Amino acid sequence: MYYDKLIFEISKKGRKAYSLPKSEFKNHVINKDLLRDELAELPEVSELEAVRHYTNVSFKNFGVEKGFYPLGSCTMKYNPKLNQDIANNPLFSMHPYQHLDSLQGVLEIYYETQRILSELSGLDTYSLNPYAGAHGELVGLMIMKKYHMDRKDTRRTKIIIPDSAHGTNPASAVVAGFDTVEVLSNQDGTVNLESLKEALNDEVAGIMLTNPNTTGIFEKDICEISKLVHDAGGLLYYDGANLNPILGLARPGDMGFDIMHINLHKTFSTPHGGGGPGSGPVGVVKHLVKYLPSPVIKKVREKYIIEDSNDTAIGQISHFYGNFGVVVKAYTYLLSVGKENMGNIGRFSVLNANYIKESLKDDYLLPIKGVCKHEFVFDGLIDKSHHVTTLDVAKRLLDYDVHPPTIYFPLVFKESIMIEPPETESKETLDDFIKIMKTVAEEARTTPDLVKGAPYTTVVKRLDEATAARKPLVKYRDLLE
Amino acid sequence: MFKYLPHTEKDIQEMLEVIGVDSIDDLFHEIPSEMLGKDLNIPKSHSELEIYKRFADLAAKNKYLIPFVGAGAYDHYTPSVIRHIIERQEFLTAYTPYQPEISQGTLQYIFEYQSIISELTGMHVSNASMYDGATATAEAMFMATNVKKTKKILVSKTINPNILKVVETYAMYRGIVVDYIDEVNGVTSIEDFKNKNSLEYAGIIVQNPNFYGIIEDYSGYRSILDESKGLFIMNHDLSALSILKTPFEYGVDIAVGDGQTLGIPLQFGGPYIGYLATTKKLMRKMPGRICGVTKDSEGKRAFVLTLQAREQHIRRDKANSNICSNQSLLALFVTVYTAVMGKQGIIEAQTNSVNATHYLYDEVTKLPKFKKVFKHDFFKDCVIETTLDPSMMNEKLAEAGILGPLALGKYDISKKNMVLFSATEKRTKEEIDKLVSILEVL
Repeated sequence: MYYDKLIFEISKKGRKAYSLPKSEFKNHVINKDLLRDELAELPEVSELEAVRHYTNVSFKNFGVEKGFYPLGSCTMKYNPKLNQDIANNPLFSMHPYQHLDSLQGVLEIYYETQRILSELSGLDTYSLNPYAGAHGELVGLMIMKKYHMDRKDTRRTKIIIPDSAHGTNPASAVVAGFDTVEVLSNQDGTVNLESLKEALNDEVAGIMLTNPNTTGIFEKDICEISKLVHDAGGLLYYDGANLNPILGLARPGDMGFDIMHINLHKTFSTPHGGGGPGSGPVGVVKHLVKYLPSPVIKKVREKYIIEDSNDTAIGQISHFYGNFGVVVKAYTYLLSVGKENMGNIGRFSVLNANYIKESLKDDYLLPIKGVCKHEFVFDGLIDKSHHVTTLDVAKRLLDYDVHPPTIYFPLVFKESIMIEPPETESKETLDDFIKIMKTVAEEARTTPDLVKGAPYTTVVKRLDEATAARKPLVKYRDLLE
Repeated sequence: MFKYLPHTEKDIQEMLEVIGVDSIDDLFHEIPSEMLGKDLNIPKSHSELEIYKRFADLAAKNKYLIPFVGAGAYDHYTPSVIRHIIERQEFLTAYTPYQPEISQGTLQYIFEYQSIISELTGMHVSNASMYDGATATAEAMFMATNVKKTKKILVSKTINPNILKVVETYAMYRGIVVDYIDEVNGVTSIEDFKNKNSLEYAGIIVQNPNFYGIIEDYSGYRSILDESKGLFIMNHDLSALSILKTPFEYGVDIAVGDGQTLGIPLQFGGPYIGYLATTKKLMRKMPGRICGVTKDSEGKRAFVLTLQAREQHIRRDKANSNICSNQSLLALFVTVYTAVMGKQGIIEAQTNSVNATHYLYDEVTKLPKFKKVFKHDFFKDCVIETTLDPSMMNEKLAEAGILGPLALGKYDISKKNMVLFSATEKRTKEEIDKLVSILEVL
């Protein structure tokens, strides 16, 4: 039986799913001019109805525990159950205004996580405040701006961004009050040094890079890039979305990066939650530490304190201290993996990606040959004579119970299929995926219409997205009109 | 072997053969060798048992205090159902719903969430969530300055100073000037607003209930703004909207705030959830994701992310905002909370909180060292003046297991003798009486 109701559609006046203690206090009457005219039309259901409703809604989703999720640039690794249990401890759910003396355990978690992230990335100090990758980028760019402002170097209004960058990079630069300059990539997706040299001048505040980049290629000239940018007076920002393949092996700090963010929800196994909550800690080299937003935790004589850097920091960037609940999970993961296994995260994610790449390159067009890191990009099928697109391939994968890779990104290829098989996936899973991808490629040759009509087995079929955008229906009431 | 890594020696050899290299190290040949092989000072791998032990030790270094403070983070009750739902792997481990055919679960709860935000605020359209109420307010400022093509904004001094600081940070780097409207006796001075308002400003940001817990009456603001064509931005405690006059009824253009008050645990300040809702007219200027209804090829109702041409993954440097990940799982949290508490339960929890706060206010201000400050009615935060030193008072309360009020002197030196208390539906009469009895002997 297909369940298709909204919670509002099963509501019945008078039902309830809650119980509260009887109020012990006298009722305070608020002046009616300050009250709303009509009550909000919120659902009224019994407890089982609520639970059954959301259980049925959940069945319409695909999670990492159901099947393979090779979504490029998203690092959909297993989210350990242990992390969840640890984070649920009510003794970590404190009011943010408690005195720090009564929160030493909380601060120690922050301090230790800061320290381990510094060690893994080669940067001096971290603030765990930013809520997500894009928030971390914004904070990093604010640091860059403040640094140049403090040097009275006000001409530096531009940020260099490669054309293969994540969309958040240019968007974050604009929110931080910069203009963006795009530099072209070489055919292998790496930064074109000539194009970079042309773009560098005394108006450039810095460059945003991810390494390996979004085509999965390591910037082998990173030391030269870093020298060029520093010589021109700029700073280097590292977008940590692609940190997984070099985790425990190589460090952005050693490559010359000055500022970076880390996505705890990618590299450090905290769940993506359908689009958050994430966490995007920002780390910097020593001379930029004074710009980090609070809290930066210090250990002074066996006691943890929050460093007071209000006078020099970029300013307050969130209401409290960031997504502490996410940090606890990442710290749990760091302890589980530990020194012995850290390097294998990167090694096995790279092994997995290269294995799939080499196994499928006779069916899918591989525009960048050679070794990749944790992810790589196909430019659609090799045989395009039947006009089966990347979108068709992705939709057909749904019928085989695989979450499709990232599609139509990066923008440097027309039919991008970006595949990232995290280290937690076994050879058997990869073999199944390879077989399915080959089957789809075969179907595209022999029965192209079958692929173009996919998916067939999902709860809904292909959607009319154009009408949704032209005439947006965005709430339950819109459906009643 | 390690429990999160399935690769056996045999697997590795077979895979390397297919790839055509001799060792995994060969896959890293282009990384300069001087960068590789650093000895890292990080903890050893811990077993589950050791991790439980480690975190038990850490937890023992915290001391739980019963909160009598809110000021942006409130100790409301979380029904059991919620955690069981949000920890279902289908919700917890999924990515952003970019493949709608297998993400109808996420998309449907986002749609329900948007519907709930619209019901509570009265606004036409909500996005799928923001990081927190403070960053949502900053994003609303960007919306206003973009739409009005000006770089100045007015902000009432009665808004929470932490929200104000975030707005100021976001404004500064983008070259936006923030000017302030005075506070008089705990509320926004409408006279000062009338005097300062002009075409130069993109609009005004106010809060309700304001930082001091006072329920402000913002009637009259809309007509003042109509003269300058400015936008009206209101930050509101989401749960309080079950009772109080809505942003829509005040003629607000952009409604923002935090949804933590819908049962989200305190968690040392996060994750919480910001909301942002607006009018039909401004829908395409919104930041963040929006879910809409459509049909599939067989005519069946379905949900999909819509109006994506506003977002960073499509528009890059021309996007309305840089936001990508938001607080999606918290949107589910708020949605399930609303389903469980329902039309009546949310009101009951809030009413009980208001009643508890008023009882606390009445009892504490009967004590000789405490007195009332403002005449205006308040919601679940209240300002009380005291002759006691606030930090000494809070130390004494902490010894008794109580988290005392927020001292206001840190934010406004003229309020150095004032503190901000709060109580929720979780506070019993016995707990409040205990608080009062301790304060009585200080």
